[in-house]
Amino acid sequence: MRNYLVAMLTFAGLYGLMALGLNLVWGMTGLINLGLAGFFAAGAYASALVTVKLGLPIAVGLVAAALFAAATGAVMALTTRNLRGDYLAIVTLGFSEVVRLVASNEIWLTQGTDGISGIPGPWRGRVTPETFNLIYLAIVATFVVAALGLLERVRRSPYGRVLRAIRDDDQVAAVAGKRIIKFKVEAFALSAGIVGTAGALYGHYTSYIAPDAFAPLITIYVVLALTAGGTGDNRGAVLGALLVVFFMESTRFVTGSLPGLRPVQVAAVREFLIGGSLIAVLRWRPAGLIPERIPRAETP
Amino acid sequence: MAGTILAVPAIGFTAIFAVLRFPNFTVAAHATIGAFAGYVANTALGLPAWAAVVVAFLVAGIAGVLNDTLVLRPLRPSGALTMAIAAIALNIALENVVRFIFGNDHRGYELALRRDWRLGVLRVGPQQVENLAIALVAMVAVFLFLAFTRTGKAMRAVADNPTLAGIKGIDADRVARLVNLVGMGLAGLGGMLLGLDTSIDPLTGFRVILSVFAAAVVGGLGSIPGAVVGAVTIGVAEELSLLVLAPAYRTAIGFVAILIVLTLRPRGILGERAY
Repeated sequence: MRNYLVAMLTFAGLYGLMALGLNLVWGMTGLINLGLAGFFAAGAYASALVTVKLGLPIAVGLVAAALFAAATGAVMALTTRNLRGDYLAIVTLGFSEVVRLVASNEIWLTQGTDGISGIPGPWRGRVTPETFNLIYLAIVATFVVAALGLLERVRRSPYGRVLRAIRDDDQVAAVAGKRIIKFKVEAFALSAGIVGTAGALYGHYTSYIAPDAFAPLITIYVVLALTAGGTGDNRGAVLGALLVVFFMESTRFVTGSLPGLRPVQVAAVREFLIGGSLIAVLRWRPAGLIPERIPRAETP
Repeated sequence: MAGTILAVPAIGFTAIFAVLRFPNFTVAAHATIGAFAGYVANTALGLPAWAAVVVAFLVAGIAGVLNDTLVLRPLRPSGALTMAIAAIALNIALENVVRFIFGNDHRGYELALRRDWRLGVLRVGPQQVENLAIALVAMVAVFLFLAFTRTGKAMRAVADNPTLAGIKGIDADRVARLVNLVGMGLAGLGGMLLGLDTSIDPLTGFRVILSVFAAAVVGGLGSIPGAVVGAVTIGVAEELSLLVLAPAYRTAIGFVAILIVLTLRPRGILGERAY
C-alpha cells in the first residue's frame, strides 16, 4: 500500500509539473498547447537516448530533454506567431501525433514500438526498490517545488504582467510597446521545456518508454488537472494534478468492481470519465478550485 | 483519385470552422461514429455500401447536432480556444463510447467480391470506383446546397459576416445546428468511405485527422472549395511521399504541409485572412 501511494504521488508530481508548464502558456499567456503528450514524449526520448545510447549522466539527459522540448516548442510558436490561436492548437495536436509516428518508425534510434528499456535511474540497483521509489519521489517533489517557485516569481514579476496583458488583449500589450511575439515564443518554449523535463523524469522513473505511453489522453489529464485546480494559479495546477490522479485511481477501483464488463469496456469507461469530467469542469467550474487572483502592482 | 475521399471530412471540418469559428476536433470521433453506423447498417441490416453511407451520414450528422447542442454550445461564450479543448475532450469521450460498444477489434464491411476491372494495363477495383463516385456525389450535393438553396445561402452569410446575417434575421442557432448536421454527417460519410478500403476500429477517425486538418489548412481554413483543393494536394503529396519515405510516414506529410503553408501563405491556397 505504501509503495502504491508513493508511486501515485510520483505520478501526481509529474502531472503537476506538466500542469505548471501548461499554466504558464495557457493560464498566464493565453496560448494553447494541445500537444503536451508530444512534448512529454520528446523530453522522455531525448533524455533516454542521451543516457542509454551516449552513456551520459542523467543530469545531462534532463538538460537535453528540457532544451530539445523548448526548441521544438519555440519552432511551433514561431510558425504560428502571426496567426489566430486555433492554428497553434492544430499544429501542436499534429506535433504530438508526429512524435509518436517518428518514435514508432525510426527503429534504429528509438527501437520502434518495442520501446527503449534499461533507462538508468538515480541509485537504481544500488538501493532497494522501495528506497529508490522514495528517493525518486523526493526528486520529483524537488522539481515541482522549484518549478512552482520559478513560475510564481514569473507570475508576480513585470514579465508575468506582460504575459497576462497578452492573454487579455495582445493588441493593447503591443500598443504599450511590448514585443508580444518575443514574449509568446519565450513563454511557449519555457513551458514546453518544463513539460519535456517531466517526460525525462518519467523515463528515468519507469526505466522503460514506448510510443504507446504517450497517447493524447495525457494532454487531457494535464488540461483537466490545470482546469480543475484553477487556470492561472500555479498552486491550483499542483493541487489539480493530485486531484486528477486521485480521481483516476478511484475510478480504477470503482470500474474494476463493475460486474459483467470486459477489460476493454472498463478501460473505455475510465477514458470516457476523464473526457467527461474535463467538459463538466469547463462548463460548471471554469475558474477551478483556486480561482486566479491577479497580484496588484505596487503603486509608486 | 488521391485525396478525393479525404476531401469529404475536410469539407465538414472547414464548414464547421467557417460558421462556428473554432477547430472542432470531434470530426475524428464523428468519422468513427459514421463508419460504425455504416458498419451496422451493412452487416446487420444487409444494406449495400451505397445505401449504408446514407446511414453513416445521418447517424454522424445527428450525433454532431446533439453533441454540439448539449455539450459544446454552452461553452461558446468562453471562447474558441476553450471550445477547442472541450472538443478534444469530447472526442476522447465519444471514441470510448464506440470502444465500449464494439471493442478494439478491427472490423471489415461485408462487401460482395468483385473482379477487378481491366483498362488496358491498369487494374481498377470496382469498390474503389464506387467510393470515389459516392465522394463526388456527396461533394456535388454540398455545392448545390450551398450555392442554390435559401438555407445554404444563409449558412454562407453567417460564415461571411455573422453580425450582418443576424441583422438580416438569419437564425444563427438554426444555422449552427445545420452546419453540424452537414459537417459531421460528411465526417461520418468520409469515415465510412475510408473504412470501406480497409477495416474500422475506434481510432479510424483519429488516424486520418492529421490529413484532414492538413487538407483544410492547406486549402485555407474555412473555405469549402479550399478544402477540396487542399485534400487533393495532400492526397497527391502523400502518394508521392511513398517514393522517398517509408509508408508509415504518410500521415506526417500532412503535418509538414501545415508547417510549410503556415510559414509561406498562412491563409492557404483559397482562404481568407488567417489572423
